[in-house]
Amino acid sequence: MSVQIAELQGKNGLPPVKFGEEVTGAETLLRCLILEQVEYIFGYPGGAVLPIYDSLYGSYFKHILTRHEQGAIHAADGYARATGKPGVVIATSGPGATNLVTGIATAQMDSVPLVCITGNVPQSLIGTDAFQEANITGITIPITKHSYFVRDVRDLPRIVKEAFHIATTGRPGPVLIDIPKDVSNAVAPFHYPEKVEIRAYKSTVVPSDEEVQKFVQVISEAKRPVIMAGGGIISSGADKELRAFAEAARIPVINTFMGLGGFPGVHELSLGMPGMHGNYTANQALLNADCVIGLGARFDDRITMGRTKEFAPKARIVHVDIDPAELGKNVETAIKVTGDVKSTLEKALPLVSRCDSEEWIAQLKKWQAEYPYSYKKEDQVLKPQEVIELLYESTDGEAIITTDVGQHQMWAAQYYKFKHTRSFISSGGLGTMGFGFPAAIGAQIAHPDRTVIAVVGDGGFQMTNQELAILSQYKVPVKVAIINNQCLGMVRQWQELFYDNRYSEIDLTCSPDFVKLSEAYGVKGLRASTPEEAKAVWAEALQHDGPVVVDFRVAQGENVYPMVAAGNTLDQMVLGDE
Amino acid sequence: MQRHTIAILVNDQPGVLTRVATLFGQRGFNIDSITVGGSEEPGLSRMIITTGGDEQKIDQLMKQLYKLIDVITVTNLSENAFVSRELALIKVSASPSQLAELNAIVEPFRATIVDVGPNSLIVQVTGDTEKIDALLVLLETYGIIEVTRTGSMAMARSVVPVPASV
Repeated sequence: MSVQIAELQGKNGLPPVKFGEEVTGAETLLRCLILEQVEYIFGYPGGAVLPIYDSLYGSYFKHILTRHEQGAIHAADGYARATGKPGVVIATSGPGATNLVTGIATAQMDSVPLVCITGNVPQSLIGTDAFQEANITGITIPITKHSYFVRDVRDLPRIVKEAFHIATTGRPGPVLIDIPKDVSNAVAPFHYPEKVEIRAYKSTVVPSDEEVQKFVQVISEAKRPVIMAGGGIISSGADKELRAFAEAARIPVINTFMGLGGFPGVHELSLGMPGMHGNYTANQALLNADCVIGLGARFDDRITMGRTKEFAPKARIVHVDIDPAELGKNVETAIKVTGDVKSTLEKALPLVSRCDSEEWIAQLKKWQAEYPYSYKKEDQVLKPQEVIELLYESTDGEAIITTDVGQHQMWAAQYYKFKHTRSFISSGGLGTMGFGFPAAIGAQIAHPDRTVIAVVGDGGFQMTNQELAILSQYKVPVKVAIINNQCLGMVRQWQELFYDNRYSEIDLTCSPDFVKLSEAYGVKGLRASTPEEAKAVWAEALQHDGPVVVDFRVAQGENVYPMVAAGNTLDQMVLGDE
Repeated sequence: MQRHTIAILVNDQPGVLTRVATLFGQRGFNIDSITVGGSEEPGLSRMIITTGGDEQKIDQLMKQLYKLIDVITVTNLSENAFVSRELALIKVSASPSQLAELNAIVEPFRATIVDVGPNSLIVQVTGDTEKIDALLVLLETYGIIEVTRTGSMAMARSVVPVPASV
């Protein structure tokens, strides 16, 4: 049989790919990845993916060998969140695959496009409890957007094409491809489908005229409108449209946690973050608004506090989301618009008129002046909030900040005023400890010229700190700011407030010396315990041309305020120590 | 809580039953019965699932089902007139001498005795769930040894338009 071998010229500096040649499944996979314009692969080899790693040897791809598969997937996630391009991760079968689970669930909850490639034992051994066999497609069904088990090498190109399409379109999410070793080794002529055809998988990107007209109509009638801008602003790339829309209609903007950076925190119409640890003005805005416009936000329980009947009690709720299942899921909605936020705002912008909202805006500004975020400064004690303010001021809000989960995460969300989209990368939905540091690696690889700061707690950092090796090995200049209060801060806060100061298992005083630990990995380590030291040390860290870990020793007893206790409503807000 | 009968047309892929069943569990729904089999189109299977929940919750469930890549259409049959059937095999403790008596009982149900043994016989019955329940009550007096039921199979009456994908 003669095959016609055609060569497809690579795009964006990618190598050309030959069609029609007989190649292995492993080589097929890599050719597909080139055609999907993948540049970086995060991963960890092992028995079942040896054919793939053999094909990777000397190939075009830049592979980042993390020290744990969890590090690889969080790094791929950080890369995806920083760029909007899908992150790609490879792990071997069994334990390699199961080590991805936390990262897959993290990406699923925050709608991050990932393509996870796992190896599996040869099909002849599937179902025999073979060495390093795990049913990873079965394990990950509830936490993936979709998954594939590849049975025939001839299906592989179609599956990879579909996987990238599913991961990146509609509401983005992680897709897993499990490839048994015999498929990686099998040989077939390479072809790549031009189009994806998945029956019944369609997403409404552009909303109907009728829905947009209703959307604009309701807004025009509002006197106390507020936009609640969620992660959909960032994933649809609607930051410019949002700004134009808010300014044209004179509507103040609340950024949900996932929406931080989607609207400039320094804008005169910005109200900042609402919810459990949101600010007074943002929560009062929701309580008093007559129209809440949810844009790519899912009304989760950290904002509604799970008391959905009492949420925004005076408001008509308008909701725009690309995922129709989100409309009406958590709160009763007056107007539902199915579509991505960018297309909706593009369509609505020419129709929208200025709202009669000046009185409302004046009231909100008054609240902002009366109830800003606040904490007590002390000369000799470093306050965690002060560290975040320092990070903000020293970078003028231009850095990419990643975090774990906990107190430091909330302080970062409160005190760093994000100016740009895709500059705040944090595990919002799943709340994953150990996420922030590897995610920073992915973000820094995507943006080598930007300042990337991993703001982590002493707890979360120790879940993935072995990835310090990556900073040295690949010369990734991430700055790590450990907000070190020598305990599990958010757990301590809850135990203090709701468990009668019974501090059960939160003591982290026996952590390693983070400066020495960093040095052991060949990374510069610094420490600060007072406000004065913090300034000096941080200036040194920023000036250093390479990765730095700064151990900020902060006050242990500091709590995150304001706070709405779980089970309460937004009007039952504790403002804090001040 | 209302009962709902939902018809789901799915790609005939390995694991698709797990995906659908997992989604029910994940979203807090109980599956009362589930039947799966071929459909009018090669490569597609139809699942009939009965479950409970108020209208808003069922609406949410249907939207979530549509998010599964292998789901083609989701129809809530309970919204319109539909036909539902179940098949049951019932092993009754009875001797061949009681055959005539039992025949008289099962006949009005259009059920049939499909096996006779020395101490037991098997009744086969089709119909809606209530009818099978009623027959079971009657057979109870003889002693029921074993019951196996298919769960509901269902179809909308006359022609109803297939909903477009959400």
